[in-house]
Amino acid sequence: MVSEAEVWAALADIPDPEIPVISLVDLGVVRNVDVAENRVRVDFTPTFLGCPALEAMRDQMASRIRALGAEPEINVRLDDSWSTDRITPEGREKLRASGFAPPAPRVPEGPTLVELQTGAHRCPYCGSRKTRLENIFGPTPCRSVRYCTSCRQPFEQFKTI
Amino acid sequence: MNEQEQQLLLEIADDELILGWRDSEWTGIAPLLEEDVAFSSIAQNEIGHARALYELVARERSMTADELAFDRRPDEYRCARIVELRLLDWEKTIARHYLYEEADASRLEQLKRSDDPEIAGLAAKIDREEAYHRMHAQMWFDRLQGELRFTAALEELRPLLDSGRDEHTPELGELWEEMTMVRRSQPAGTRW
Repeated sequence: MVSEAEVWAALADIPDPEIPVISLVDLGVVRNVDVAENRVRVDFTPTFLGCPALEAMRDQMASRIRALGAEPEINVRLDDSWSTDRITPEGREKLRASGFAPPAPRVPEGPTLVELQTGAHRCPYCGSRKTRLENIFGPTPCRSVRYCTSCRQPFEQFKTI
Repeated sequence: MNEQEQQLLLEIADDELILGWRDSEWTGIAPLLEEDVAFSSIAQNEIGHARALYELVARERSMTADELAFDRRPDEYRCARIVELRLLDWEKTIARHYLYEEADASRLEQLKRSDDPEIAGLAAKIDREEAYHRMHAQMWFDRLQGELRFTAALEELRPLLDSGRDEHTPELGELWEEMTMVRRSQPAGTRW
C-alpha cells in the first residue's frame, strides 16, 4: 500500500504547467492527501478559476497516483481556501529567482489600485522598489506586468488573491 | 440548494459566460496592446467563474457544466441584456465593463453572506478575482469620465443592466449560434 508521504513526494515532483519552476506542492494547491486501502483522495484547490492549467494539474496528479499503483480521486474544492499566501517560502524564492515577483501578502480589505500603482512592489531582478504598474493583467490570469525604473527591466508580478 | 438559489447562480453564470465571450472579441483587435491582454484575461476569468457556478448547479441537477452552458436554447438563458450586445466601440465596451463590475460587486457581496457555505465560499473566491476587474474598470472610468461619448454610453447602457432576464436581444441568438456550433455538430453517438 502506498503511504501518504510517498503521495506528497510524487505530487511535489509535478511542475506547475504554466510556471514550471515551482511544483504543485510549492503552489499550495494540494490541501490534503488521504490514503485508504488502494484509494488516494487528494483535495485540490484551484488558483484562479479561469486558469487553463487546472485540468492539466488535475490530470497529472491522477496519473502520478496511478503510477504509484493506487486509484486516484481528485476532489476539487471550489471555495475561498486558496490564497497566494499559501505559496510556500521555497516556492516564493523559486519564483523570484526566475524573474517572477512573488505575491504581496493578502490583506483583509483586498488589493487596491492605489497600492498597485505605488512602488511597494520589489523588482525580482535588482530588488529596487522603484517599479510601476504597466498592466493589471498579464500572460495568465495570475500575473500583472510591472516595469522596474532602476534596472529598466519589465517583470511579471504575481497577483495577490 | 433550493430552486431559487439555483436560478440566481444560473443568472450570474450566464452573465459571466456571455460577457466572457463578448470580451474575448477584443482579443487581437483592441485599440491598445495592453488592453488586448487585459480583455483576453478578463474574458478568461469570467468564463472560469461561469464554469464554477454551472458546476454547482449541474451537480444539483445531475448534469454537467457544459450541458448547462451550451445545450439550452437561447431563450432559456438568464443573462441580462447588457452582456449580450456585440459592442464595437471602445467607449461602450468600457461603459459596459464599468456598469457590469459595479452591479456584479453588489451581487457578490450578498452571495458571500449566503447560508450555504459552498455558495458563500465560491462567491468569496470569485470576488477576489473580480477585484482586479473592478480596478481595471475604475482606471478607465477615471480616464474617460469627462468624455461626452463615454457618459452618453453609460446612459445608454445603464437601463440594460436591469431590464429583465426573460426577453433577449437578437444578438444573443447570434452569439449562441457561434458559441455552440462545434458542440452541436458533434457526430451522433459521441460525447465531448
